[in-house]
Amino acid sequence: MKIIVAGGGPAGLYSALLLKKAHRDWEITVLERNPADVTYGWGVVFSDRTLASFQRADYKSFEQISEHFVIWDAIDVHYRDEVIQCGGHVIASIARHTLLHILQQRCLELGVTLCFRHELHGLAELNENYDLLIAADGIHSVVRRELADVLRPAIELGKARYIWLGVDRVLDAFTFLFRENEHGLFQVHAYPSSGTSSTFIVECHEDTWLRAGLDQASEAESVAYCQRLFARDLKGASLLANNSRWINFSTLKTRKWSYQNIVLLGDAVHTAHFSIGSGTKLAMEDAISLARVLELHDDLPRALDKYEQERRPVVELFQQAANESRLYFESISRYLRLEPLPFAFQLLTRSGRMTYDDLRLRDSRFGDAVDRWWARQRNDAVEPLVAPPPLFTPFALRGLALSNRIVSAPLAAVPAQDGRISNEYCSQMASIAASGAGLVLGEIAAVSPEGRITPHCPGLYQSEHGAAWKALVQAVHATPGARVGLQIGHAGRRGATRPRGNGLDRPLQTNTWPLLAPSPLPYTPFSQTPKAMDAEALERVRQAFVAAAVLAAETGADLLFLHCAHGYLLASFLSPLTNQRTDAYGGSLERRMRYPLEVFEAVRRVWPAEKPLGIVLSASDGVKGGADVEEAVQVAMAFRERGCDLFWIQAGQTTPASELGYRRGYLTAFSDSIRNVVGLPTLVGGYLTDKNAVNTVLAASRADLCILESADSI
Amino acid sequence: MRIGVGLPAGVPGVDGHLLIEWARLADTGPFSSLGVVDRLCYDTFDPLVALASAAAVTQRTRLVTMIIIGPLYNTLRLAKASASIDALSGGRLVLGMAVGARREDYEAAGIEYRSRGKRFVEQLSLLRAYWEDPAIGPSPAHPEGPPILVGGQNDQVFTRIARYANGYVHGGGPPRSFARAADKTRAAWSDMRRPGKPQLWAQAYFALGDEDDLLSGERYLKEYYAFTGTFAEKVASGLLTTPQAIAQYIRGYAEAGCDELVLLPTVASLDQLKRLAEVLAGIDYERF
Repeated sequence: MKIIVAGGGPAGLYSALLLKKAHRDWEITVLERNPADVTYGWGVVFSDRTLASFQRADYKSFEQISEHFVIWDAIDVHYRDEVIQCGGHVIASIARHTLLHILQQRCLELGVTLCFRHELHGLAELNENYDLLIAADGIHSVVRRELADVLRPAIELGKARYIWLGVDRVLDAFTFLFRENEHGLFQVHAYPSSGTSSTFIVECHEDTWLRAGLDQASEAESVAYCQRLFARDLKGASLLANNSRWINFSTLKTRKWSYQNIVLLGDAVHTAHFSIGSGTKLAMEDAISLARVLELHDDLPRALDKYEQERRPVVELFQQAANESRLYFESISRYLRLEPLPFAFQLLTRSGRMTYDDLRLRDSRFGDAVDRWWARQRNDAVEPLVAPPPLFTPFALRGLALSNRIVSAPLAAVPAQDGRISNEYCSQMASIAASGAGLVLGEIAAVSPEGRITPHCPGLYQSEHGAAWKALVQAVHATPGARVGLQIGHAGRRGATRPRGNGLDRPLQTNTWPLLAPSPLPYTPFSQTPKAMDAEALERVRQAFVAAAVLAAETGADLLFLHCAHGYLLASFLSPLTNQRTDAYGGSLERRMRYPLEVFEAVRRVWPAEKPLGIVLSASDGVKGGADVEEAVQVAMAFRERGCDLFWIQAGQTTPASELGYRRGYLTAFSDSIRNVVGLPTLVGGYLTDKNAVNTVLAASRADLCILESADSI
Repeated sequence: MRIGVGLPAGVPGVDGHLLIEWARLADTGPFSSLGVVDRLCYDTFDPLVALASAAAVTQRTRLVTMIIIGPLYNTLRLAKASASIDALSGGRLVLGMAVGARREDYEAAGIEYRSRGKRFVEQLSLLRAYWEDPAIGPSPAHPEGPPILVGGQNDQVFTRIARYANGYVHGGGPPRSFARAADKTRAAWSDMRRPGKPQLWAQAYFALGDEDDLLSGERYLKEYYAFTGTFAEKVASGLLTTPQAIAQYIRGYAEAGCDELVLLPTVASLDQLKRLAEVLAGIDYERF
């Protein structure tokens, strides 16, 4: 077997040595464009699990690699002149040139031919003079570009700029630094890479980079700029450059990883943002997998398929985590109002791979510090000795005091008839309040009979409705400390449907009623066409909201939400997909917001000043051409200016085609954006099914209150 | 968790008499359902015709399509055929549906492949409307019609389940892949505020017996899934061939919250059904 390996990086060398080790008779040649002793980049990091796989694959190189490792277990976050430390993360690193040197020597020892200063410009040069071509030629892979039609690569460019530098100082932890100057925020990812130096990656937003004039700066000027900016952190140590440039990170995904007798490895076929430090690890694991499948299968195409089958799911998992991490660093400015401890917690849990419980297990002192920080928010004079986890901390808003952060919004088992809620529903809510949730939330109450979603929908448009809700509020209040919130809304074009036993938005066949909406667009092809609201209807519905709020106030409920999500009436004014009006209530976002804002202002005037008023906010339409989270932020800002206290984050259902990507915590990222950009508390659900998920969301400051759902699985 | 068994209607060369005998024998227990798969350009029985025949010789088992490729059917004809099976069987039909993965079937049927999602969504709404229409008979055994399950893997599947259907049907794989999909189903279900719980169904292939049985089971899967390329290997390697493998698989699915697991045969012989019944007799799966 004759094998050519394009690229003498870790993936290429490691696959060459593993294959040669197993088959001394195979002829293996590595082509590398650089000379033997040159390398770019500084240190590469590996977790303990990766090291174990190296140990099994080739003990000899593992031993040499281990001798040169720097191993540490702490992550330090330097922020606002405080250092937050979290231990228990075992990480090892090695200088890239040392790693390459070890792998080169091991290749030579086994009889692999290494050709340095040999640049491959195209496949034609090779004359198909190989049985297998291993393309490990990096992100700029010549092989991948030539086979782009069959491999179908896609590259997404990150929004931040970053530069690889070194520093002639040893660090004792993985270190994150944050410094702000007149140009903006810069962050550093730094870690030990050899016995004498450390890797120092500086990253900033593209706009900050341009304001700082770094697009015009030479390498030396860039180094000098960073040296000045981080002078207090460097404490006299010098930054070093090595062919360093400011670049945007390219995330590469490839549809197929092999073609006939050509296979791609490492950065040539996939990349994952550097902030989770997995590029070299994934590349070398690719090499191990490739060597294994070639051992197991004689049939080459089948072996290469197996290799892709084995590696793709692992790589995709890391790419997903890396993407979360990249997005976090790209939007980091929104977190600058957080205090150091929550800031660090958010940073450590950014990729979704680490939870509250994980951090606690790794470093119980850190876990305790997080809990104590939360407890201290209530009474900052006292440093508590012991503190409960975040979900058991109290929460206050205007005159409302909640004893914990758990919210329940149960589905009514037996809902209402003619708008009047049933006694069963009262008992159901009372027993949920008794079971410990700090806040229970009622089903949407329609502000008029036409505003009901189904004939079983509760209402708040007759005094007897108010009386029934009042009984429910009292039943909940029977549990000391339990609080109850109500929601008022209007179904709009989603009204007059059948109960949801067999699906959503199935129009009533009999005893139906006419629908109202901003524009005469039916919700589904089978739905009734609503009537576009004229001036009289706008006024009438606004009055209905006010009357419902007055009734709600009389019930003694502790909190009121105005429903502005899921494609119901107020939400359908906000979305460009459902509001096609040409008057003052349609068109630009400002005009589309106008009616919901008017209704909010009118309701705020009659809702007791000591009680909070919230908005059930649609954070995204989840459909092409619809409103996205940036628009939702604008909407939330407008509500905040008018006295909104709290957002309950929802998304989707604007049209039947809305699509959210359901999974555990699917609303958390939306909540994070609204909370931390707009600066008001949020309540979020999104299928959080255990205390750990809730604690993770709360401690990372991604929401203030969480809906805990019971998982149905046993 | 309940355990069903597939009819060997998807195994090439099976004769009609064996299908009927299989259904009759399965109805004596311990299986809770009889499942069929759908494939147009292949040596298989029509799934609805096979279920209709099974309906005639069974009293007890539910009759489930796992799945039928909805967009390949005219919706009104599908509504009528499925209502007929439901009425004939006394309400035992469970209609699992998906868009399928084979372009060839669409091309052969002369139905546009590109718009299959749109057709499917429309179909999900219309089926119930036809079932409820008094002018179109027969009426299904229950006024709301048989439960509809949706299968598939992409994100839209879970939205469609919560919006239009009664549950999910998983296409196979290790329990953790089912667990992830079950989570997505429950998340969508909860978001859409559907009452009750979604039904969660799953399937797996089995072959029990000597080496010849196992090899022919494996060969069948590799051929049946050849159109998927590398995926065929994966399916074949997931074939359940020992009592231990079946027991562990059942436990894994039960723990992930599966309501009903249908074990599909890969060898068309009544021995397979008997062996499976024996294996199940030794597993206490009803406690989950």
